[in-house]
Amino acid sequence: MRNLVPVLTVVCAIFAIWYAAAVWLNAPWAYNKAERAGTTPGFTELVTDTWSQDKPKLPAPHQVGAEIWNTTGAMVASGRGFSKRSLIFHSWITFSATALGFVLGAGLGIALAIGIVYNRTMDMSVMPWVIASQTIPILAIAPMIIVVLNAVGISGLLPKAMISMYLSFFPVVVGMVKGLRSPAHMQLDQMRTWNATPAQTFWKLRLPSSMPYLFTSLKIGMAASLVGAIVGELPTGAVAGLGARLLAGSYYGQTVQIWSALIMAATLAAILVGLIGVIQRIVLKRMGMA
Amino acid sequence: MAAMQAGEDRLTSDRVISAKDLSLTFQTNDGPVHALKDVTLDVEKGDFVSFIGPSGCGKTTFLRCMADLEHPTGGSITVNGVNPEAARRARAYGYVFQAAGLYPWRSIGGNIRLPLEIMGYSKSEQDRRVREVLELVDLAGFEKKFPWQLSGGMQQRASIARALAFDADILLMDEPFGALDEIVRDHLNEQLLSLWERTHKTICFVTHSIPEAVYLSTRIVVMSPRPGRITDVIESPLPRERPLEIRDTPEFIEIAHRVRDGLRAGHGDEV
Amino acid sequence: MGWLAVGLGAWLGGWWLNHVLSHRPATRLTRLAVPVIFGLSVVVIWESLVRGLEISPVLLPPPTQIAATFAAKTHILWEDFVQTVIKGALTGYVMGCGAAFLIAVAIDRFPFLQRGLLPVGNFVAALPIIGMAPILVMWFGFDWQSKAAVVVVMVFFPMLVNTVQGLQDTSAMQRDLMRTYGAGYWTTLLKLRLPAAMPFIFNGLKIASTLALIGAIVAEFFGSPIKGMGFRISTSVGQLTLDLVWAEIVVAAIAGSAFYGGVALLEKAVTFWHPSQRGRA
Repeated sequence: MRNLVPVLTVVCAIFAIWYAAAVWLNAPWAYNKAERAGTTPGFTELVTDTWSQDKPKLPAPHQVGAEIWNTTGAMVASGRGFSKRSLIFHSWITFSATALGFVLGAGLGIALAIGIVYNRTMDMSVMPWVIASQTIPILAIAPMIIVVLNAVGISGLLPKAMISMYLSFFPVVVGMVKGLRSPAHMQLDQMRTWNATPAQTFWKLRLPSSMPYLFTSLKIGMAASLVGAIVGELPTGAVAGLGARLLAGSYYGQTVQIWSALIMAATLAAILVGLIGVIQRIVLKRMGMA
Repeated sequence: MAAMQAGEDRLTSDRVISAKDLSLTFQTNDGPVHALKDVTLDVEKGDFVSFIGPSGCGKTTFLRCMADLEHPTGGSITVNGVNPEAARRARAYGYVFQAAGLYPWRSIGGNIRLPLEIMGYSKSEQDRRVREVLELVDLAGFEKKFPWQLSGGMQQRASIARALAFDADILLMDEPFGALDEIVRDHLNEQLLSLWERTHKTICFVTHSIPEAVYLSTRIVVMSPRPGRITDVIESPLPRERPLEIRDTPEFIEIAHRVRDGLRAGHGDEV
Repeated sequence: MGWLAVGLGAWLGGWWLNHVLSHRPATRLTRLAVPVIFGLSVVVIWESLVRGLEISPVLLPPPTQIAATFAAKTHILWEDFVQTVIKGALTGYVMGCGAAFLIAVAIDRFPFLQRGLLPVGNFVAALPIIGMAPILVMWFGFDWQSKAAVVVVMVFFPMLVNTVQGLQDTSAMQRDLMRTYGAGYWTTLLKLRLPAAMPFIFNGLKIASTLALIGAIVAEFFGSPIKGMGFRISTSVGQLTLDLVWAEIVVAAIAGSAFYGGVALLEKAVTFWHPSQRGRA
């Protein structure tokens, strides 16, 4: 709460800079227009014009806001909430790929982490590659995965989810290995003095200890998963989804459309990551770890 | 009277822990380190044995050998007449570490229940034992509290209760009160003695405090480092029943002296 | 059938070898050998599966074909590397990280700004910034300048957040000690707070190094001149010459690892005193 005022100040500053930048970036076009009309715009005219152009270099926040409202709330109000022009529809497409990929990636990541922690051979063989692979721009393969999977007859949701899975998988493996190894030596020795089985040590000590690490890596994985879904939508020829909206917007110079898709993507990311944050807070609080 | 009884116990009972020429050498980058060398010691049933010495003397390593947490590289050791691994599998001992090591996500009751769950006790038996040991360490009524809601001394008491819960005859304690302040420590020492009195357990207790060792033990094992070895074993003539004031008696001070001399001798000219 | 047997043999053999090696006392050699054997087995299994199951090279080219393409097309790969990595990623990385560092030091003097910017920065770091790419391509044109701009935007916030956190990572005792010496703001900054912040700064630099390559490549999907790794990947996928795509990915992997490795080496030299670096020498 103590941060509320500073954060609000920063947010206001961002909007102020945004509006100012809109004037600055869109002014040349406004002058150009005025010149052709044979007039010289005054300051107020210039400002109103730069904030209301059709295809501005940088749309003003209220233009983006209006576009988002027109493609979400207004369409719901008129009963077309799920039509192809609705951002809700496109967000849903992206969300479903993100969620599916995230669930698969997190599941696979946790399974591999358990394997790495419990199997020395796997630890020494796979772990260096997992770490090394984080340094590789994995996203570059996205178009190839889409096209190859399309060629073998898999299209639609699954290829995008595969990219999301791939991206969310690595942070989860690394975080979970760290977490499963977080119990102190003493606590593991203690389990030994009780002659606990490996399964008991896992369920009663390692898994609960790994929870803070798990949630942190799930947040990173979720953000990565969304990026994967958006990039995965690019090579499919801009059919549906937020990524497709971005690409279509850049083809036709529809800056307002790009920005509204971008803001929707940001909102989606904030909601998804925030959701994990809420679950994290509840779980850790109940476990007495927060 | 009490001292005589202790003597009688010793004659009739068997050896609980028996180490013969026990050695443990760690291989490190700077060459081998002799953590234990030719350690021979018998612990009788009902004994309270303290291990005292400077750091690196192998007192903790010896305790860990008894618990099958370290594997000796030479000599032999038996616990309850069998090797440490079999004793561990038979859950022959409870081990108390220097830190309480309670799980923050489990209540005090839940923490004490943990070994019982692992060992497969029935739910009603778990409840009964948790209540019993909580009473034993004076923590009745704290069952539902979480570790972080308790003071350090109370946490350590809970961890002792956890070690007592499954009724092992041997209690291995590795500097259990090392991290606590003097006043809390005195109180817990007193409580530990009365607990030992009531439960007739065999206790092996690692410490680096001379008054603590003298106050608690029936036997004090003085150890010294490089290589880790036993330099003196002192039988305490103090009675089994010991009020805190006993620490001002001449007998007490005399034993303390002997322990200090033993430590100094083992240390050579380093102190 | 023969190829499948080779694949199975490589799998079982590699696993057995690693099993044996990993259960012996770990030395530098086994630590290196085990992952290398694993990697080689994967490549052999890949090759034999593709040949054994007769998978079309349009779907998944065998490693040997990728290697051949790599050797034959080095001039194209080099041109793309210069365009994307040197001009796009590296320029943007230096500008973005440098700007973030300077701004972090500047706002460090104002607790109010810190408290406002840290949550916002953390929030922005979780957003799909890559979506800015089409906008920046529109603003800065198709050439490398727009790619560098995307990289600047992507690396800025992670770097900013890490530097600000690092500058706060001194204990009250250490700061009090500096005060007893009568040290002013700049002395404290140079002698205490910047060195103490180094582990955080390098953490930011490492995260930024992977983001930089991703940003530069993906930005090219939104428009680029007829060179660059992202351009080559998207057009070759369209022409179904997947061997060239894989060769580009190999370049990307090498560039990414080298980039990250370089930063990590520098980190090791600068923050040798930090617990995470100690005892690894």
